Amino acid sequence: MSAELARITADIRTYILENLMFSDDGSVLANDASLLEKGVIDSTGVLELAMFLETQFGISVKADDLLPQNFDSVDSMAGFVHRAINSEVAAAAAV
Amino acid sequence: MCGIAGFVGGQDTPEVTRGTLGRMIRTLRHRGPDGFGYHLGEGVGLAHARLAIIDLATGQQPIRNERGTVWTVLNGEIFNYRELRRTLEAQGHAFYTHSDTEVIVHLYEQYGDDFVDHLNGQFAIALWDTERRRLLLARDRTGIRPLFHASAGGRLWFGSEVKALLAVQPKLGVLDPHGVAQALTYWGTIDPGTVFRDVASVPPGHVLALEADGRRSLRRYWDWEFPELQDGRQQRPFGSIDEAAGALRELLVDAVRLQLRADVPVGAYLSGGLDSSGVVALIRHYTNNPLRTFSVAFEDAEFDESDFQARMVAHLGTEHTTLRCTRRDIGEAFPQLIEHTEAPVLRTAGVPLMLLAGDVQRHGFRVVLTGEGADEVFGGYDLFKEAKVRRFWARQPGSTWRPRLFERLYGYLAHSPVANAAMAQSFFGRGMEHRDRAVFAHLPRWTTSQRALAFFSAEWRAQVEGWDPLATFEATLPPAIGRWSPLARDQYVEAHSLLASYLLPMQGDRPAMAHSVEGRYPFLDHRVVEFGNRLPDHWKIRGLTEKDVLRRALAGLLPEQIRQRTKQPYRAPDQGSFFFDGEPLDYVADVLSGDSLREAGYFHPDRVGRLFDKCRRGQAIGFADNQAFVGILSTMLVHRQRVRHGSGV
Repeated sequence: MSAELARITADIRTYILENLMFSDDGSVLANDASLLEKGVIDSTGVLELAMFLETQFGISVKADDLLPQNFDSVDSMAGFVHRAINSEVAAAAAV
Repeated sequence: MCGIAGFVGGQDTPEVTRGTLGRMIRTLRHRGPDGFGYHLGEGVGLAHARLAIIDLATGQQPIRNERGTVWTVLNGEIFNYRELRRTLEAQGHAFYTHSDTEVIVHLYEQYGDDFVDHLNGQFAIALWDTERRRLLLARDRTGIRPLFHASAGGRLWFGSEVKALLAVQPKLGVLDPHGVAQALTYWGTIDPGTVFRDVASVPPGHVLALEADGRRSLRRYWDWEFPELQDGRQQRPFGSIDEAAGALRELLVDAVRLQLRADVPVGAYLSGGLDSSGVVALIRHYTNNPLRTFSVAFEDAEFDESDFQARMVAHLGTEHTTLRCTRRDIGEAFPQLIEHTEAPVLRTAGVPLMLLAGDVQRHGFRVVLTGEGADEVFGGYDLFKEAKVRRFWARQPGSTWRPRLFERLYGYLAHSPVANAAMAQSFFGRGMEHRDRAVFAHLPRWTTSQRALAFFSAEWRAQVEGWDPLATFEATLPPAIGRWSPLARDQYVEAHSLLASYLLPMQGDRPAMAHSVEGRYPFLDHRVVEFGNRLPDHWKIRGLTEKDVLRRALAGLLPEQIRQRTKQPYRAPDQGSFFFDGEPLDYVADVLSGDSLREAGYFHPDRVGRLFDKCRRGQAIGFADNQAFVGILSTMLVHRQRVRHGSGV
């Protein structure tokens, strides 16, 4: 895992623990655990996470991005953010 | 409408008994400000706080039979008392008042414990038979009027509200983690349980008998019953849905006529939706009752229905009053609501209704008809439609187009992830393995609200460890439910969870009684309920259009825009009512402080602190966070009002 991906993962993980699970006990959240299955997020929880990702990482989350494969776990969200950051960097470089 | 209280057991002097009853009934003055009445006997006491509505001159309670061997106190109304009186007089019974209450003692003489079968009304009754030295506690069929009881100090105590019991037995003020867990999951406790460890309710449709030898029996005399499927199909009690709609209109007209009976003026609530508009339209078209209507409006457009209310007012020409309600109004009045609910709530929606009742009282009214109950009887809630789509989808789980029906169901959430097909599948696809269980429809709601239990302290979490809310609720269901239609199953669960445990007490009886106002519910006339229960599912929900048979029954009475309007849930601002410019109301900061939480011991202070901060920052946008916050705050208020201070402030 790159240092950048590790940082993104840690930020997302902290946010979910503190703001959706209201806990500082890291053992209650595995990075590959399904947040939907665990009942950590519902429809509004996804919106809240999308707002957080946009604010925290400066990316733009489009309606088409609101997919389970992008939002269902800490790992899937970190991967989504990592790809978004890098594609925006690549797009900026191309300009 | 009134309050009742009393006890059986013990051997006090009349002076002591009178003092005991006085302490109990004074806590219920808001339910009956027009005077107290008592019956004192050997080892028994009945007390009554009167809100005079029928027979203003001679209707004081307790009421007795001819020989003074049967005594009763009633909270509520017996709407068919005139018809019952005629029959009873023909049978030789002599009446000494014009009160609806008096039919109870004569019916008991005539029919024994089956007297309840003859009543059309909303009631909580205590009846004392001096000869057999037995007490009966009876409650109306759907749970409109409350009735609690507890055993302590060698006596059975009862009262319309728990505060009457706590006034004489403050040790009963102990919260039960299982009761609170139920309240935070199902939105209310399952009868006969309450949030107080040693206090029980008389369940709706039940009679509790306490015999002279101490034996107790709890008998169900009525329940929401539905026809069993025949070869997998539902029977049609009418030739067509329009024939059923015609019969329904006749029945509703009669229910409204009965419920307008009063010796004081009767008004109505007008929310702007189909149900309350229908009730008001029926009053306008079929009775001579002067039309006086009341509604609540919100500063926040998300919750406001003023436009639709104005349309109905113009259409029917009612004399109308609108109470405008702000977020701050709600936040500041919330502790007063909890004084009356005596139980946690997950929504603030009872507060505007309590404030509205205050407005009704200020305008000189004591009785209002409302549209409550139509959604339960005729399938109005989104939950029913959502379950219909989920069951349809579950028959072919691999289908990609079936879950797209959620887009139609939740069209107003066009910008929500729910409108995204893949997300919809993830959200609504959970719990499909439970599709054959009667609680299937309620899984999403209970899963969301149950997240509040994560805030329990370690001690309370340990006590509810392993609790299975689905199995607990299923244990209360009738065996026949598996042979009913899917919608019938959902309606039964709804009637015994949200309606009986939350809507009727927390948004109905308690907020109105806070200002001595009686709500009446024509859609919960038991004949209307029984009528609706016989109808096939697709006459209630046609496709994804809810309450189809009711819409047809009201054809020609309402503007089409109202008649065709999709159900909008009544809601009020939740956690946003407690924070202003990032600062909490003073009492909120105090009640949810670390010290307060630690002293009570129910919740984890750090976790609640994080939720508190999230709300303060305005970032709690989801239902789960809002419900958890309101649930925790209200539990802590119950603690302050009923546990720490015993009988309340």
